[in-house]
Amino acid sequence: MNAPLAKTRPELVCPAGTPAAFRTAVEAGADAIYCGFRDETNARNFPGLNFDRSELAQSIRFAHDHGTKVLVAINTFPRAGATALWHKAVADAEDAGADAVILADLGLVAHAAVKHPNLRRHLSVQAAASNPDAIRFWVETFGIRRVVLPRILSVAEIAAINAEITCETEVFVFGGLCVMAEGRCSLSSHATGKSPNMQGVCSPPSHVVYKEEGDDLVAKLGAYTIDRTPKGVAAPYPTLCKGRFTAGTYQGHVFEDPVSLDAAMLIPPLVDAGVTAFKIEGRQRSRAYTQAVVAAFRKAVDDHLAGRPIAADMTRRLAEGQTTTAGAYKKTWR
Amino acid sequence: MSETRPALVLGPLLFNWPVDKWADFLARIADEADVDRVHVGEVVCSKREPFYADRLPEVIERLQRGGKTVVVDTLALVTLKRERALVADLAGLDGVEIEINDFTPLASLPADRRFAVSPLVNVYDEGTLGWLAARGAWSVCLPPELPFASIATMAAAGTALGVETQIFAFGRLPLAISGRCYHARIQGLAKDSCRYVCAEDPDGLDVDTLDGEAFLAINGVQTLSQSCVAALDEAERLIAAGVGAFRLSPQDCDMVAVAAAFRARLAGTIDGTEARAAIVAAGLKPPLGVPMMSGSWPATAGAPRA
Repeated sequence: MNAPLAKTRPELVCPAGTPAAFRTAVEAGADAIYCGFRDETNARNFPGLNFDRSELAQSIRFAHDHGTKVLVAINTFPRAGATALWHKAVADAEDAGADAVILADLGLVAHAAVKHPNLRRHLSVQAAASNPDAIRFWVETFGIRRVVLPRILSVAEIAAINAEITCETEVFVFGGLCVMAEGRCSLSSHATGKSPNMQGVCSPPSHVVYKEEGDDLVAKLGAYTIDRTPKGVAAPYPTLCKGRFTAGTYQGHVFEDPVSLDAAMLIPPLVDAGVTAFKIEGRQRSRAYTQAVVAAFRKAVDDHLAGRPIAADMTRRLAEGQTTTAGAYKKTWR
Repeated sequence: MSETRPALVLGPLLFNWPVDKWADFLARIADEADVDRVHVGEVVCSKREPFYADRLPEVIERLQRGGKTVVVDTLALVTLKRERALVADLAGLDGVEIEINDFTPLASLPADRRFAVSPLVNVYDEGTLGWLAARGAWSVCLPPELPFASIATMAAAGTALGVETQIFAFGRLPLAISGRCYHARIQGLAKDSCRYVCAEDPDGLDVDTLDGEAFLAINGVQTLSQSCVAALDEAERLIAAGVGAFRLSPQDCDMVAVAAAFRARLAGTIDGTEARAAIVAAGLKPPLGVPMMSGSWPATAGAPRA
């Protein structure tokens, strides 16, 4: 089966953790902004981040004045007995004028489909819909219009999925890289009692301790040593799956090296694979970072659409000293 | 308590055991284990499935002759065409129950076919539980990270809906699933050329911190807790809350004895300390830990209970 042509001009979907970052991303050329409420309903529930109701409404007005869409992430799994908080988040997003909500929980998607039929529903990466059958289930049952694909698929697999489904797909192109199927990982829960699915946090700063031991700096998450570096060497943030451990005779990064995703050079084949939207991770990042990354990807997408090659390494310097990877988009990653 | 006796459920085996060991294990379970239901089928890695696919019918028959209800599990992470076909085949299987490990099977499962839901499916709230019940779910094993308060709310909701709620009561906790095979990665191999190195670790391979703390275990594309949880002290509380079934995930030890310890504990004839002693005597190798629901998590995670 031939890869289908791109259905539309690809949409650049950019993160905003604060109203200031939101305006910056809009002005830097985002086609759409995604953001969330300041509570446990969204998967970047960090102190000092996110939007209250009036900030969201004002930001959406600003975005719409600039021709930019706003997608509201309500992508944690509701706490049993407290689903009303998540239902209210969906209702408030619609009232504030959101162009779509990004949802992960089946019960919440079902609720939104019945109570907010005119509100566009995107399926969060946290729902881990990883093949055409699963995607068809979500589309046919709940009218999902776009699915954010898990970061475990190769470009060829994404093309094959798009050839079989009727909804749009969105893929991550830059930023933090989960090595586990998103929404199906409770490693953080195991170490800290706080998880992406329930509290909207992973390896939370509240549980990070740096400790000097002899000539080493030890980075701990909860009670566990995640990494150890000689004093004077930059200590990595102890994200659980990027830590160094011992397994049998192996010692090192069992799960993933401390790398971040950069798929800028894969924009052409991903467009050919029928991807509708490119997503940049990082609602927790600074305004300066947001500006630089959004502008670089705006240029990369525009260059590709104009038939110009994408400049190699244009985005590499934005990774803030981290090594980058094309992740699972290259099949050898597995 | 006999009227509301909670069900004991065993399996599915998450690890890659040699096919003869797997068949002998389930034959002994069929003949000797005091469990109500046995789960079979490959959940973790589709590359393992061809090794025992042709022996599955005889194993299922043996279990049924032993008076066990047999439940066949689907794969947890489905990406390849062959994996999709496998899932669709299972969804069409007659004469056995089926348990879904993601939502892929719901694309092909007939509307009148009932199904169970595994702890690897995200059922966190009563909205999701209610929708699944209406679609045909009759038993839902809750995600292991749920705290007790959520379990109680879900068990009450399940009771009202006529759906059995189940908890992951014994075994290394399934914590994550990935497209990448870690067993292959640490050997310098890729998933496609893995040489089945996961078969060397019948309980999974221990992952310790650089300071030697017991932390995690890997099992191919799956990551588990290194400690083996046992929901023993919580039994009365869980039963009173309406939890209808306790799941025992096989580890490389005498699972007949583990099942007997749980049965006695659920009947109230032994206490948690006695049950733990019986489990250790069954030859369990991973450290015995407490489940997340206990509330003392994560302070005691990975450490044997005092």
